[in-house]
Formats: sequence, structure tokens, C-alpha cells
Amino acid sequence: MIPRPYRISRVHRETADTFTLELTPVQEDGTFSFAPGQFNMLYVFGVGEIPISISGDPGNPGTLVHTTRVVGTVTRAMRKLKRGDVIGVRGPFGRHWPVTEAEGNDVVIVAGGIGLAPLRPALFHILSRREKYGKVVLLYGARTPEDILYRNQLSRWRAQFDLEVYVTVDRATGGWRGSVGVVTTLIPRAPFDPLNTVAMVCGPEVMMRFSALELQKRGVGPDNIFLSMERNMKCAVGFCGHCQFGPTFLCKDGPVFPYRRVKDLLTIWEL
Amino acid sequence: METLERILAEHPFFAGLDARHIQLIVGCAANVRFDAGQFIFREGEEANEFYVIRHGKVALEIFVPGRGPVTIQTLGEGEILGWSWLIPPYHWHFNARAVELTRAIALDGRCLRVKCEDDHDLGYELLKRFAHIVEQRLQATRLQLLDVYGVHS
Repeated sequence: MIPRPYRISRVHRETADTFTLELTPVQEDGTFSFAPGQFNMLYVFGVGEIPISISGDPGNPGTLVHTTRVVGTVTRAMRKLKRGDVIGVRGPFGRHWPVTEAEGNDVVIVAGGIGLAPLRPALFHILSRREKYGKVVLLYGARTPEDILYRNQLSRWRAQFDLEVYVTVDRATGGWRGSVGVVTTLIPRAPFDPLNTVAMVCGPEVMMRFSALELQKRGVGPDNIFLSMERNMKCAVGFCGHCQFGPTFLCKDGPVFPYRRVKDLLTIWEL
Repeated sequence: METLERILAEHPFFAGLDARHIQLIVGCAANVRFDAGQFIFREGEEANEFYVIRHGKVALEIFVPGRGPVTIQTLGEGEILGWSWLIPPYHWHFNARAVELTRAIALDGRCLRVKCEDDHDLGYELLKRFAHIVEQRLQATRLQLLDVYGVHS
């Protein structure tokens, strides 16, 4: 699959080490449809290619949105790109969040750090069909108040009557007057019916592991908890084996998995 | 009518307790309120209460020289504040300060300690419940220490 050229239409710095790129196709061949939770391979010409979740609105296929963190060579080069620069895009790849299957249920979204980015399309999707879901709850944990992603959007969502938003930070800094503590501490008191809930969880693996345990303590079944796994992906189509996770390849079998399918793999050191 | 007995009996922390134990506990209970910014207790003071938060938010703080008070955790509606009343030498380890107007039910720890000594069944039930809270807070603290959102090479 050959990368298609996309032009950067907007660069937005989210936090000290995260940024969002908005992309529009260079060629006049239309739009880019994707399902919430899928990812693209983004290619910085002459530097390399990396997998990045799509964080925009699936209802707005004219603009591709990706939020990423500066962690390696490609993301460092990517951060230096400006409006008008062109990058390559392959995708979309992977399995998506079960947003359709969740209809008729309460939905709990548990996000940690940059893990909010792959969950944002699920929220856009759900909020655009709000009447199809029961309670919708977003539990978000960040390292510090300065590390909170999509701050303005969270404020807007918090003001909505049909979405419960709870944000907590591991370390309070400055004049932070919100909650302090890890995101798992929000789960016991979040307002949802555990027997009628689909949970979507994304963040560091250890955070997802403990979130899944806490959700189960509340009574959410392991088949109703979904995690998005992250590994080093190269080809994105299941050939190269870089993202092998036990018997699965995350790029084509994931990144979204039901918890039951991966829970025994999560504690194996060698994986 | 919302009586203290009913509120406590329906609270998850007290779920499953005998009615007679609930009555004993209610005998040590009182409604309290704290304005935003008001200290509920301070590090080093005698710990003679615990609180069932009904409304509001409380920050547990520790004073760090050179940095001032640092919030290590916040507690909100439905949560239990304070377990030092149960474990000698009954001193608070942190400051607790209301972040916003907070209403709570205060349980007199001295009163309860006497009742727990007189009735070990009550003592055991309370210990089990507080052990669970201590375990939850220990686990949460360990996750906080991992700094999972940081960049680790």
C-alpha cells in the first residue's frame, strides 16, 4: 500500500510534548472514512513511518486529525513540520471500538494520558448519536494539569448535560482545584450501571490492566471491556511481525481487543 | 425522611452490618459542614474522627518545605475520609482541607473505639471495611508512584 500525500492544514500544540496535525488530501479524490479506534501510518518523507491513532471526528471525513507525543525520531521530525508541508498517509488500519455494539448500553470511557486521543473519535461518534446510548461517562487521568489533552474540548464536554466528564491528575501543580489521584480511583464512584455497560479503555498498559480490574470489581463483565493495545508496528498489515502480541498481530487483529482476549497476555513479561 | 441511621445503613461502606451495629454507630455520628479552604484535620493532631463525605471535595495534603502544601489525593461524595482513628497512636498523617463546601457525617472515633472493644463483632466488621479502604489507597498510591504517563526509556 503506497502512502497518499496529505497536506498539513493546521498544527496545534496540545501540551509541552504533544501536538495535533490536521491533514487534507493533496489529490482531489475525496474523503477519508475511518472507524473510531483505527490508526494510520504517517510517513515523514526521508525520516520514517509510524502508526498514529486517528483522533478526529469520523463524521467529518474531509479532515484527518492525529494527535501524537514526541517520543522518537519520526515524531521529533513531525513536530517541526508546518502548515503546508506534505506527509504520507497509509490507512486506516485495525479494529475499531465497539461503538455500534454498545448502542442501548451505558458507555464508560477510561482514558489515561495520550490515550484520550484514540478514544476521542468514539466520543464524537457516540455524541452524534446520543439518543442511542444510556449514560455516557468519560474518566480521564493525566500526569499533571499541564498534561491534560484537549483542554478546551473537555470543558465544552463537561458543560453538556448528556455527558459526565471526570478528570483527575496524578500530581497537582499550580492552582489545580480538581481531583487528584490515579484514574482508577474514579471508577468506583462513576455513575453507570455496570450490568449494562460497555467500557472502552486506552492508556499505558499498566493503567489499562488496573482499570479493567476496577471495572470488573464494579461488575462490568470482561467481554464488555475493550482495550487498545500499543506495540511497535511497521507494516500495519500483519506481514512483518513487529507487533506480534502472543498469537495475534496488533496491527490487524487489534489495536482494540476485548479484555478477555488479552488479559492473560498482559502480565507476561516477555511480551 | 433522611435520618442518619438510614443514610449510614444505605451507604456501601456500612452495607451488610447488623441493624444493632448501625444503631451503635449512629450513636457516634453527627452532621458536619466545612467551608471551602477550611481544614478538617491537620497532620500530627489526634485522630478521633472519620468522615463519610456526602457532598463536596476534600484534599489530602502534605506540607513540603520549600513547596508548601502538596495535594496527594482528593476524596469526594460517598467516600470515607480518615482511618488513623482506628490505628494507634491515633494521629493524622496528612492535612485534610475542604476544596469546596463539603458536607459530611462525622463519626466519633473515641466513641467507636470503646464500642469496638465492647463488641468485637462490630470491631471486626469495621476493621474489615477499613482494611479494604487502606488497601485501595495503597494500590492507588503505588500506581501514582509508577508515573505511568511519563516517558520512560
